[in-house]
Amino acid sequence: MTEPLVLGIESSCDETGVGIVRGRTLLANVIASSMEEHAVFGGVVPEIAARAHLEALRGTLDAAMREANIRLDDIDAVAVAAGPGLAGALMVGVGAAKALAVSLGKPLYGVNHLVGHVGADMLRQDGGEIELPTVALLVSGGHTSLLLVNDLVNDVRLLGETIDDAAGEAFDKVARLLALPYPGGPHIDRVATDGDPAAIRFPRGLTLPKDLERHRYDFSFSGLKTAVARHVETSEALSIPDVAASFREAVADVLTRKAVAACLEHGVPRLLLGGGVAANARIRALAEERCSDNGIELRVPPLALCTDNGAMIAALGAHLVARGIAPSPLDFAVDSTLPVDVVSL
Amino acid sequence: MTILAIDTSLGTSVAVVRDGVVAERSTADARSHAEHIGSFIAEVLAEANLSPKDVDTVVVGLGPGPFTGLRVGIAAGIAFAVGRGIPVAGISSHDAAARDRESCCVVTDVRRRELAWTTYRDGVRVAGPALTTESTLATDVDLAEFPEVRAAAISALDLARAASDRLARGDDLSRLTPLYLRAPDATPGSGPKRVSQ
Ligand SMILES: [Zn+2]
Repeated sequence: MTEPLVLGIESSCDETGVGIVRGRTLLANVIASSMEEHAVFGGVVPEIAARAHLEALRGTLDAAMREANIRLDDIDAVAVAAGPGLAGALMVGVGAAKALAVSLGKPLYGVNHLVGHVGADMLRQDGGEIELPTVALLVSGGHTSLLLVNDLVNDVRLLGETIDDAAGEAFDKVARLLALPYPGGPHIDRVATDGDPAAIRFPRGLTLPKDLERHRYDFSFSGLKTAVARHVETSEALSIPDVAASFREAVADVLTRKAVAACLEHGVPRLLLGGGVAANARIRALAEERCSDNGIELRVPPLALCTDNGAMIAALGAHLVARGIAPSPLDFAVDSTLPVDVVSL
Repeated sequence: MTILAIDTSLGTSVAVVRDGVVAERSTADARSHAEHIGSFIAEVLAEANLSPKDVDTVVVGLGPGPFTGLRVGIAAGIAFAVGRGIPVAGISSHDAAARDRESCCVVTDVRRRELAWTTYRDGVRVAGPALTTESTLATDVDLAEFPEVRAAAISALDLARAASDRLARGDDLSRLTPLYLRAPDATPGSGPKRVSQ
Protein backbone atom coordinates (compact mmCIF):
# COMPACT_ATOMS: atom_id res chain seq x y z
CA MET A 1 0.00 0.00 0.00
CA THR A 2 1.23 3.50 -0.78
CA GLU A 3 1.34 5.90 2.12
CA PRO A 4 -2.15 6.74 3.40
CA LEU A 5 -3.72 10.05 2.43
CA VAL A 6 -5.45 11.40 5.54
CA LEU A 7 -7.47 14.51 6.26
CA GLY A 8 -7.42 15.70 9.87
CA ILE A 9 -9.82 18.06 11.65
CA GLU A 10 -8.98 19.91 14.86
CA SER A 11 -11.46 21.98 16.88
CA SER A 12 -10.56 21.42 20.53
CA CYS A 13 -10.07 25.07 21.51
CA ASP A 14 -10.06 28.32 19.53
CA GLU A 15 -8.35 27.10 16.36
CA THR A 16 -10.24 25.45 13.52
CA GLY A 17 -7.67 23.35 11.71
CA VAL A 18 -7.86 21.18 8.63
CA GLY A 19 -4.71 19.37 7.57
CA ILE A 20 -3.96 16.85 4.86
CA VAL A 21 -0.95 14.52 4.89
CA ARG A 22 0.29 11.63 2.81
CA GLY A 23 2.06 9.40 5.31
CA ARG A 24 4.62 11.72 6.87
CA THR A 25 4.44 14.33 4.11
CA LEU A 26 2.54 17.53 4.84
CA LEU A 27 0.25 18.55 1.96
CA ALA A 28 -1.92 21.20 3.62
CA ASN A 29 -2.27 22.89 6.98
CA VAL A 30 -5.06 25.48 7.12
CA ILE A 31 -5.91 27.18 10.40
CA ALA A 32 -8.65 29.68 11.22
CA SER A 33 -8.42 31.22 14.66
CA SER A 34 -11.07 32.98 16.71
CA MET A 35 -8.39 34.44 18.99
CA GLU A 36 -9.32 38.06 18.26
CA GLU A 37 -12.94 37.46 19.24
CA HIS A 38 -11.80 36.36 22.70
CA ALA A 39 -9.47 39.32 23.27
CA VAL A 40 -12.06 41.53 24.94
CA PHE A 41 -12.79 38.72 27.43
CA GLY A 42 -9.14 38.08 28.29
CA GLY A 43 -9.49 34.35 27.67
CA VAL A 44 -11.16 31.78 25.43
CA VAL A 45 -14.98 31.88 25.73
CA PRO A 46 -16.18 28.36 24.85
CA GLU A 47 -19.44 29.42 23.18
CA ILE A 48 -17.67 31.99 21.02
CA ALA A 49 -15.05 29.40 20.05
CA ALA A 50 -17.73 26.87 19.11
CA ARG A 51 -19.64 29.39 16.98
CA ALA A 52 -16.42 30.35 15.22
CA HIS A 53 -15.62 26.69 14.45
CA LEU A 54 -18.90 26.28 12.62
CA GLU A 55 -18.38 29.50 10.68
CA ALA A 56 -14.85 28.50 9.69
CA LEU A 57 -15.59 24.88 8.83
CA ARG A 58 -16.45 25.16 5.16
CA GLY A 59 -13.69 27.67 4.38
CA THR A 60 -10.94 25.66 6.07
CA LEU A 61 -12.04 22.39 4.41
CA ASP A 62 -12.13 24.02 0.96
CA ALA A 63 -8.82 25.81 1.47
CA ALA A 64 -7.07 22.65 2.65
CA MET A 65 -8.26 20.75 -0.40
CA ARG A 66 -7.03 23.48 -2.73
CA GLU A 67 -3.70 23.66 -0.92
CA ALA A 68 -3.16 19.91 -1.06
CA ASN A 69 -4.45 19.74 -4.62
CA ILE A 70 -6.17 16.42 -4.10
CA ARG A 71 -9.57 14.99 -4.84
CA LEU A 72 -11.56 14.14 -1.75
CA ASP A 73 -12.33 10.72 -3.16
CA ASP A 74 -8.62 9.91 -3.01
CA ILE A 75 -8.57 10.25 0.77
CA ASP A 76 -7.95 6.99 2.62
CA ALA A 77 -9.18 8.07 6.06
CA VAL A 78 -10.48 11.00 8.08
CA ALA A 79 -9.07 11.80 11.52
CA VAL A 80 -10.47 14.17 14.12
CA ALA A 81 -9.50 15.36 17.57
CA ALA A 82 -11.99 13.69 19.94
CA GLY A 83 -10.51 15.22 23.12
CA PRO A 84 -9.24 16.53 25.41
CA GLY A 85 -10.59 20.04 24.90
CA LEU A 86 -13.75 22.13 25.09
CA ALA A 87 -16.70 19.76 24.60
CA GLY A 88 -18.88 22.11 22.56
CA ALA A 89 -15.93 23.01 20.33
CA LEU A 90 -14.85 19.38 19.85
CA MET A 91 -18.40 18.44 18.81
CA VAL A 92 -18.28 20.72 15.78
CA GLY A 93 -15.19 18.97 14.43
CA VAL A 94 -16.42 15.50 15.36
CA GLY A 95 -19.86 16.04 13.79
CA ALA A 96 -18.18 17.25 10.62
CA ALA A 97 -15.60 14.47 10.52
CA LYS A 98 -18.19 11.74 10.96
CA ALA A 99 -20.35 13.06 8.13
CA LEU A 100 -17.32 13.60 5.90
CA ALA A 101 -16.12 10.03 6.49
CA VAL A 102 -19.58 8.62 5.70
CA SER A 103 -19.92 10.79 2.59
CA LEU A 104 -16.59 9.48 1.30
CA GLY A 105 -17.19 5.93 2.48
CA LYS A 106 -13.87 6.03 4.31
CA PRO A 107 -12.79 5.04 7.84
CA LEU A 108 -12.76 7.56 10.68
CA TYR A 109 -10.21 7.87 13.47
CA GLY A 110 -11.17 9.81 16.60
CA VAL A 111 -7.78 10.64 18.08
CA ASN A 112 -6.22 12.23 21.13
CA HIS A 113 -5.44 15.92 20.70
CA LEU A 114 -2.40 15.82 22.99
CA VAL A 115 -0.89 12.81 21.25
CA GLY A 116 -1.54 14.75 18.03
CA HIS A 117 0.90 17.40 19.27
CA VAL A 118 3.51 14.64 19.50
CA GLY A 119 2.48 13.36 16.06
CA ALA A 120 3.32 16.79 14.62
CA ASP A 121 6.96 15.81 14.90
CA MET A 122 6.40 13.13 12.25
CA LEU A 123 5.96 15.87 9.65
CA ARG A 124 9.61 16.87 9.80
CA GLN A 125 10.95 18.84 6.89
CA ASP A 126 14.29 17.03 7.09
CA GLY A 127 12.55 13.74 6.40
CA GLY A 128 13.91 12.22 9.61
CA GLU A 129 11.89 9.66 11.47
CA ILE A 130 10.28 10.52 14.77
CA GLU A 131 12.61 9.01 17.33
CA LEU A 132 11.20 7.31 20.37
CA PRO A 133 11.11 7.20 23.28
CA THR A 134 10.69 10.91 23.86
CA VAL A 135 9.48 13.14 26.63
CA ALA A 136 6.97 15.70 25.34
CA LEU A 137 6.24 19.02 27.01
CA LEU A 138 2.91 20.28 25.63
CA VAL A 139 2.07 23.79 26.71
CA SER A 140 -0.74 26.02 25.51
CA GLY A 141 -3.62 28.12 26.77
CA GLY A 142 -5.62 24.91 27.20
CA HIS A 143 -3.14 22.38 28.53
CA THR A 144 0.21 21.95 30.27
CA SER A 145 1.24 18.31 30.16
CA LEU A 146 4.39 16.27 30.37
CA LEU A 147 4.24 12.97 28.50
CA LEU A 148 6.51 9.98 28.16
CA VAL A 149 6.03 8.50 24.70
CA ASN A 150 7.49 5.06 24.08
CA ASP A 151 5.18 4.27 21.19
CA LEU A 152 2.65 6.55 19.49
CA VAL A 153 0.02 3.84 19.25
CA ASN A 154 0.14 1.92 22.46
CA ASP A 155 2.51 3.44 24.98
CA VAL A 156 1.89 7.08 25.84
CA ARG A 157 2.10 7.89 29.53
CA LEU A 158 1.11 11.03 31.40
CA LEU A 159 3.95 12.01 33.72
CA GLY A 160 2.33 15.17 34.97
CA GLU A 161 0.05 18.08 34.16
CA THR A 162 -1.12 21.35 35.60
CA ILE A 163 -3.24 21.06 38.71
CA ASP A 164 -4.80 24.50 38.15
CA ASP A 165 -4.21 26.96 35.27
CA ALA A 166 -2.59 26.05 31.98
CA ALA A 167 0.67 27.95 31.43
CA GLY A 168 -0.83 29.89 28.53
CA GLU A 169 -3.72 30.94 30.78
CA ALA A 170 -1.22 32.21 33.36
CA PHE A 171 0.38 34.35 30.64
CA ASP A 172 -3.06 35.73 29.74
CA LYS A 173 -3.96 36.52 33.34
CA VAL A 174 -0.64 38.16 34.13
CA ALA A 175 -0.88 40.18 30.91
CA ARG A 176 -4.18 41.55 32.19
CA LEU A 177 -2.59 42.46 35.52
CA LEU A 178 0.03 44.40 33.58
CA ALA A 179 -2.59 45.98 31.28
CA LEU A 180 -1.12 44.15 28.27
CA PRO A 181 -3.36 42.83 25.48
CA TYR A 182 -4.59 39.28 24.90
CA PRO A 183 -3.14 36.80 24.15
CA GLY A 184 -0.63 37.41 26.91
CA GLY A 185 2.28 35.24 25.72
CA PRO A 186 3.64 37.37 22.86
CA HIS A 187 3.07 40.64 24.72
CA ILE A 188 4.81 39.47 27.87
CA ASP A 189 7.62 38.14 25.68
CA ARG A 190 7.95 41.56 24.03
CA VAL A 191 7.89 43.61 27.24
CA ALA A 192 10.18 41.17 29.06
CA THR A 193 13.03 41.84 26.63
CA ASP A 194 13.84 45.07 28.49
CA GLY A 195 13.38 43.60 31.96
CA ASP A 196 15.58 41.83 34.47
CA PRO A 197 14.48 38.21 34.94
CA ALA A 198 16.18 38.15 38.34
CA ALA A 199 14.59 41.37 39.60
CA ILE A 200 11.77 39.66 41.47
CA ARG A 201 11.94 36.14 42.82
CA PHE A 202 8.48 34.78 41.98
CA PRO A 203 7.52 31.34 43.34
CA ARG A 204 8.18 28.17 41.36
CA GLY A 205 5.03 26.08 41.79
CA LEU A 206 5.34 22.47 43.01
CA THR A 207 9.13 22.46 43.22
CA LEU A 208 9.60 22.17 46.97
CA PRO A 209 10.67 18.73 48.22
CA LYS A 210 7.30 18.11 49.94
CA ASP A 211 5.42 18.97 46.72
CA LEU A 212 7.76 16.89 44.58
CA GLU A 213 6.79 13.76 46.49
CA ARG A 214 3.23 13.94 45.26
CA HIS A 215 3.59 16.15 42.21
CA ARG A 216 6.98 15.31 40.77
CA TYR A 217 6.05 16.29 37.22
CA ASP A 218 2.90 18.31 37.86
CA PHE A 219 2.65 22.06 37.43
CA SER A 220 0.82 24.82 39.25
CA PHE A 221 0.61 28.42 38.13
CA SER A 222 -2.13 29.89 40.28
CA GLY A 223 0.23 30.73 43.16
CA LEU A 224 2.58 32.44 40.72
CA LYS A 225 -0.26 34.48 39.29
CA THR A 226 -1.33 35.56 42.80
CA ALA A 227 2.25 36.50 43.65
CA VAL A 228 2.45 38.69 40.54
CA ALA A 229 -0.88 40.31 41.42
CA ARG A 230 0.30 41.05 44.95
CA HIS A 231 3.55 42.49 43.65
CA VAL A 232 1.73 44.72 41.19
CA GLU A 233 -0.62 46.01 43.88
CA THR A 234 1.94 46.64 46.59
CA SER A 235 5.03 47.70 44.72
CA GLU A 236 5.86 51.40 44.94
CA ALA A 237 8.05 51.68 41.87
CA LEU A 238 6.55 49.11 39.55
CA SER A 239 8.68 48.07 36.60
CA ILE A 240 6.48 46.28 34.09
CA PRO A 241 9.47 44.94 32.12
CA ASP A 242 10.96 43.49 35.32
CA VAL A 243 7.67 41.89 36.35
CA ALA A 244 7.16 40.43 32.86
CA ALA A 245 10.73 39.13 32.68
CA SER A 246 10.65 37.70 36.20
CA PHE A 247 7.26 36.06 35.67
CA ARG A 248 8.32 34.57 32.35
CA GLU A 249 11.49 33.31 33.95
CA ALA A 250 9.52 31.56 36.70
CA VAL A 251 7.31 29.80 34.12
CA ALA A 252 10.23 28.88 31.85
CA ASP A 253 12.27 27.66 34.80
CA VAL A 254 9.61 25.30 36.14
CA LEU A 255 8.56 23.96 32.74
CA THR A 256 12.06 23.21 31.53
CA ARG A 257 13.38 22.05 34.88
CA LYS A 258 10.67 19.41 35.23
CA ALA A 259 10.87 18.39 31.57
CA VAL A 260 14.65 17.88 31.74
CA ALA A 261 14.31 16.03 35.05
CA ALA A 262 11.78 13.71 33.39
CA CYS A 263 14.22 12.99 30.56
CA LEU A 264 17.07 12.28 32.97
CA GLU A 265 15.05 10.20 35.41
CA HIS A 266 13.56 8.08 32.62
CA GLY A 267 16.80 7.82 30.69
CA VAL A 268 15.25 9.45 27.62
CA PRO A 269 17.68 11.55 25.57
CA ARG A 270 14.97 13.52 23.72
CA LEU A 271 12.56 16.33 24.54
CA LEU A 272 9.80 17.50 22.23
CA LEU A 273 8.08 20.85 22.69
CA GLY A 274 4.52 21.32 21.48
CA GLY A 275 1.64 23.75 21.91
CA GLY A 276 1.49 27.48 21.29
CA VAL A 277 3.67 28.37 24.28
CA ALA A 278 6.57 26.69 22.47
CA ALA A 279 6.69 29.98 20.55
CA ASN A 280 7.80 31.78 23.70
CA ALA A 281 11.37 32.94 23.16
CA ARG A 282 12.57 32.46 26.73
CA ILE A 283 11.02 29.02 27.15
CA ARG A 284 12.70 27.86 23.97
CA ALA A 285 16.04 29.38 24.91
CA LEU A 286 16.04 27.90 28.39
CA ALA A 287 14.95 24.51 27.05
CA GLU A 288 17.80 24.61 24.53
CA GLU A 289 20.32 25.56 27.19
CA ARG A 290 19.26 22.94 29.70
CA CYS A 291 18.89 20.21 27.10
CA SER A 292 22.35 20.79 25.67
CA ASP A 293 23.85 20.90 29.20
CA ASN A 294 22.37 17.46 29.79
CA GLY A 295 23.01 15.83 26.43
CA ILE A 296 19.32 15.87 25.50
CA GLU A 297 18.17 16.46 21.93
CA LEU A 298 15.52 19.21 21.82
CA ARG A 299 12.95 19.10 19.05
CA VAL A 300 10.55 21.91 18.31
CA PRO A 301 8.28 21.51 15.26
CA PRO A 302 7.71 24.64 13.13
CA LEU A 303 5.29 27.03 14.86
CA ALA A 304 2.36 26.28 12.53
CA LEU A 305 2.63 22.66 13.66
CA CYS A 306 3.13 23.56 17.35
CA THR A 307 -0.07 25.53 17.80
CA ASP A 308 -3.30 23.56 17.45
CA ASN A 309 -3.68 22.38 13.85
CA GLY A 310 -5.32 19.74 11.71
CA ALA A 311 -2.09 18.49 10.15
CA MET A 312 -0.93 16.96 13.43
CA ILE A 313 -4.26 15.16 13.75
CA ALA A 314 -3.92 13.93 10.16
CA ALA A 315 -0.34 12.82 10.82
CA LEU A 316 -1.38 10.79 13.85
CA GLY A 317 -4.27 9.36 11.83
CA ALA A 318 -1.93 8.37 9.00
CA HIS A 319 0.34 6.68 11.51
CA LEU A 320 -2.59 4.69 12.92
CA VAL A 321 -3.62 3.64 9.40
CA ALA A 322 -0.06 2.61 8.55
CA ARG A 323 0.16 0.58 11.75
CA GLY A 324 -3.02 -1.27 10.88
CA ILE A 325 -5.02 0.09 13.82
CA ALA A 326 -8.79 -0.39 13.48
CA PRO A 327 -10.84 2.76 12.85
CA SER A 328 -13.07 4.22 15.56
CA PRO A 329 -16.70 3.16 15.80
CA LEU A 330 -18.95 5.75 14.18
CA ASP A 331 -20.80 6.43 17.42
CA PHE A 332 -17.94 7.57 19.65
CA ALA A 333 -18.50 10.56 21.91
CA VAL A 334 -16.19 13.53 22.38
CA ASP A 335 -14.31 13.37 25.68
CA SER A 336 -13.24 16.72 27.10
CA THR A 337 -10.89 14.94 29.51
CA LEU A 338 -9.68 12.11 27.26
CA PRO A 339 -6.63 10.56 28.98
CA VAL A 340 -3.37 10.48 26.99
CA ASP A 341 -3.10 6.72 27.07
CA VAL A 342 -6.18 6.58 24.84
CA VAL A 343 -4.52 7.45 21.54
CA SER A 344 -7.56 6.65 19.41
CA LEU A 345 -11.11 5.64 20.22
CA MET B 1 -33.78 14.72 -6.36
CA THR B 2 -32.27 12.87 -3.42
CA ILE B 3 -32.19 14.86 -0.20
CA LEU B 4 -30.27 14.05 2.94
CA ALA B 5 -31.85 16.01 5.79
CA ILE B 6 -30.38 16.54 9.26
CA ASP B 7 -31.85 18.23 12.30
CA THR B 8 -30.23 18.42 15.74
CA SER B 9 -32.19 21.32 17.17
CA LEU B 10 -33.87 19.09 19.78
CA GLY B 11 -32.90 15.44 19.49
CA THR B 12 -31.09 14.01 16.49
CA SER B 13 -33.06 13.23 13.33
CA VAL B 14 -31.68 12.20 9.95
CA ALA B 15 -33.68 11.31 6.85
CA VAL B 16 -33.09 10.55 3.22
CA VAL B 17 -35.82 11.18 0.66
CA ARG B 18 -35.83 10.10 -2.97
CA ASP B 19 -39.00 9.89 -5.02
CA GLY B 20 -41.20 7.64 -2.96
CA VAL B 21 -38.35 6.09 -1.00
CA VAL B 22 -37.75 7.41 2.48
CA ALA B 23 -35.76 6.40 5.52
CA GLU B 24 -35.49 8.16 8.83
CA ARG B 25 -33.62 7.69 12.12
CA SER B 26 -34.45 9.77 15.16
CA THR B 27 -33.76 9.92 18.85
CA ALA B 28 -35.21 12.35 21.36
CA ASP B 29 -32.02 12.19 23.42
CA ALA B 30 -30.94 15.81 23.61
CA ARG B 31 -27.39 15.09 24.81
CA SER B 32 -25.93 12.74 22.26
CA HIS B 33 -25.97 14.49 18.88
CA ALA B 34 -22.26 14.02 18.22
CA GLU B 35 -22.54 10.31 19.02
CA HIS B 36 -25.51 9.56 16.76
CA ILE B 37 -24.94 11.78 13.77
CA GLY B 38 -22.52 9.56 11.83
CA SER B 39 -24.29 6.25 12.26
CA PHE B 40 -27.71 7.79 11.56
CA ILE B 41 -26.49 9.09 8.20
CA ALA B 42 -24.94 5.74 7.33
CA GLU B 43 -28.07 3.86 8.45
CA VAL B 44 -30.65 5.88 6.51
CA LEU B 45 -28.58 5.56 3.34
CA ALA B 46 -28.24 1.81 3.84
CA GLU B 47 -31.94 1.40 4.58
CA ALA B 48 -32.92 3.34 1.45
CA ASN B 49 -30.41 1.30 -0.51
CA LEU B 50 -28.56 4.42 -1.56
CA SER B 51 -24.89 5.28 -1.75
CA PRO B 52 -23.57 8.65 -0.50
CA LYS B 53 -22.93 9.39 -4.17
CA ASP B 54 -26.67 9.30 -4.86
CA VAL B 55 -27.37 12.27 -2.59
CA ASP B 56 -27.59 15.54 -4.49
CA THR B 57 -28.77 18.01 -1.86
CA VAL B 58 -28.22 18.27 1.88
CA VAL B 59 -30.74 20.09 4.07
CA VAL B 60 -29.98 21.16 7.63
CA GLY B 61 -32.23 22.52 10.35
CA LEU B 62 -30.83 25.85 11.57
CA GLY B 63 -32.69 25.81 14.88
CA PRO B 64 -33.70 27.51 17.06
CA GLY B 65 -32.48 25.06 19.67
CA PRO B 66 -29.78 24.50 22.28
CA PHE B 67 -26.56 25.58 20.57
CA THR B 68 -24.17 22.76 21.29
CA GLY B 69 -26.33 20.08 19.72
CA LEU B 70 -27.65 22.34 16.98
CA ARG B 71 -24.15 22.94 15.63
CA VAL B 72 -23.40 19.22 15.35
CA GLY B 73 -26.05 18.70 12.68
CA ILE B 74 -25.15 21.83 10.73
CA ALA B 75 -21.45 20.91 10.80
CA ALA B 76 -22.29 17.39 9.65
CA GLY B 77 -24.47 18.69 6.83
CA ILE B 78 -21.75 21.05 5.61
CA ALA B 79 -19.09 18.34 5.74
CA PHE B 80 -21.23 15.77 3.95
CA ALA B 81 -21.93 18.31 1.22
CA VAL B 82 -18.23 19.19 0.91
CA GLY B 83 -17.39 15.50 0.70
CA ARG B 84 -19.76 14.99 -2.20
CA GLY B 85 -19.37 18.41 -3.82
CA ILE B 86 -23.11 19.12 -3.55
CA PRO B 87 -25.10 22.09 -2.25
CA VAL B 88 -26.38 22.38 1.30
CA ALA B 89 -29.53 24.29 2.18
CA GLY B 90 -30.56 25.57 5.59
CA ILE B 91 -34.09 26.27 6.86
CA SER B 92 -35.58 26.96 10.24
CA SER B 93 -36.24 23.77 12.17
CA HIS B 94 -39.67 25.21 13.02
CA ASP B 95 -40.53 25.06 9.29
CA ALA B 96 -40.56 21.28 9.63
CA ALA B 97 -43.14 21.34 12.41
CA ALA B 98 -45.35 23.86 10.59
CA ARG B 99 -45.57 21.86 7.40
CA ASP B 100 -49.08 20.64 6.46
CA ARG B 101 -50.76 23.08 8.86
CA GLU B 102 -52.91 26.08 7.96
CA SER B 103 -52.12 28.52 10.76
CA CYS B 104 -49.97 27.69 13.72
CA CYS B 105 -47.42 28.84 16.24
CA VAL B 106 -44.56 26.38 16.55
CA VAL B 107 -43.07 26.41 20.06
CA THR B 108 -39.93 24.58 21.16
CA ASP B 109 -38.00 24.48 24.40
CA VAL B 110 -34.57 26.12 24.11
CA ARG B 111 -33.64 25.52 27.78
CA ARG B 112 -32.93 28.02 30.52
CA ARG B 113 -36.67 28.36 30.98
CA GLU B 114 -37.07 29.93 27.57
CA LEU B 115 -39.18 28.98 24.58
CA ALA B 116 -38.70 29.80 20.93
CA TRP B 117 -41.75 30.47 18.75
CA THR B 118 -42.52 31.09 15.09
CA THR B 119 -45.93 31.76 13.58
CA TYR B 120 -46.94 30.39 10.17
CA ARG B 121 -49.85 30.70 7.79
CA ASP B 122 -50.11 27.92 5.21
CA GLY B 123 -46.51 26.91 5.81
CA VAL B 124 -45.23 30.44 5.25
CA ARG B 125 -43.55 32.19 8.14
CA VAL B 126 -45.44 35.18 9.54
CA ALA B 127 -43.33 36.20 12.55
CA GLY B 128 -40.43 34.86 14.62
CA PRO B 129 -38.45 32.95 15.47
CA ALA B 130 -38.21 34.75 18.77
CA LEU B 131 -37.73 33.92 22.42
CA THR B 132 -40.34 34.04 25.12
CA THR B 133 -41.21 32.25 28.34
CA GLU B 134 -44.03 29.98 29.40
CA SER B 135 -45.79 32.89 31.11
CA THR B 136 -45.33 35.43 28.31
CA LEU B 137 -46.07 33.25 25.29
CA ALA B 138 -49.77 34.11 25.26
CA THR B 139 -49.06 37.84 25.34
CA ASP B 140 -46.37 37.66 22.64
CA VAL B 141 -48.45 35.58 20.25
CA ASP B 142 -52.14 35.62 19.35
CA LEU B 143 -52.68 31.92 20.00
CA ALA B 144 -56.32 32.16 18.90
CA GLU B 145 -55.20 33.07 15.41
CA PHE B 146 -52.11 30.85 15.51
CA PRO B 147 -52.89 27.72 17.55
CA GLU B 148 -49.91 26.48 19.48
CA VAL B 149 -47.99 23.46 18.20
CA ARG B 150 -45.61 22.42 20.95
CA ALA B 151 -42.92 20.40 19.18
CA ALA B 152 -40.99 17.99 21.39
CA ALA B 153 -39.12 16.65 18.35
CA ILE B 154 -38.29 17.82 14.87
CA SER B 155 -38.53 15.25 12.11
CA ALA B 156 -35.79 15.40 9.48
CA LEU B 157 -38.29 13.90 7.04
CA ASP B 158 -40.61 16.90 7.55
CA LEU B 159 -37.56 19.14 7.26
CA ALA B 160 -36.64 17.56 3.91
CA ARG B 161 -40.17 18.04 2.60
CA ALA B 162 -40.43 21.64 3.83
CA ALA B 163 -37.10 22.42 2.20
CA SER B 164 -37.94 20.75 -1.07
CA ASP B 165 -41.17 22.79 -1.28
CA ARG B 166 -39.11 25.94 -0.89
CA LEU B 167 -36.33 24.84 -3.21
CA ALA B 168 -38.99 24.10 -5.81
CA ARG B 169 -40.22 27.67 -5.38
CA GLY B 170 -36.70 28.90 -6.05
CA ASP B 171 -35.98 30.24 -2.55
CA ASP B 172 -32.31 30.90 -1.73
CA LEU B 173 -31.55 28.63 1.24
CA SER B 174 -27.77 28.88 1.09
CA ARG B 175 -27.42 30.86 4.33
CA LEU B 176 -26.31 28.45 7.05
CA THR B 177 -26.12 30.70 10.11
CA PRO B 178 -27.73 29.00 13.10
CA LEU B 179 -30.78 30.73 14.58
CA TYR B 180 -29.09 31.32 17.92
CA LEU B 181 -31.44 34.13 19.07
CA ARG B 182 -29.13 34.68 22.05
CA ALA B 183 -25.69 36.26 22.31
CA PRO B 184 -22.94 34.08 23.79
CA ASP B 185 -22.83 34.06 27.56
CA ALA B 186 -19.77 36.15 28.20
CA THR B 187 -19.04 39.48 29.76
CA PRO B 188 -15.92 41.49 29.07
CA GLY B 189 -13.44 41.22 31.95
CA SER B 190 -13.96 43.76 34.72
CA GLY B 191 -10.26 43.84 35.55
CA PRO B 192 -8.29 41.66 37.92
CA LYS B 193 -9.52 40.90 41.43
CA ARG B 194 -7.50 42.31 44.29
CA VAL B 195 -5.47 39.73 46.15
CA SER B 196 -3.71 41.85 48.80
CA GLN B 197 -5.40 43.31 51.86
ZN1 LIG C 1 -3.23 21.80 21.93
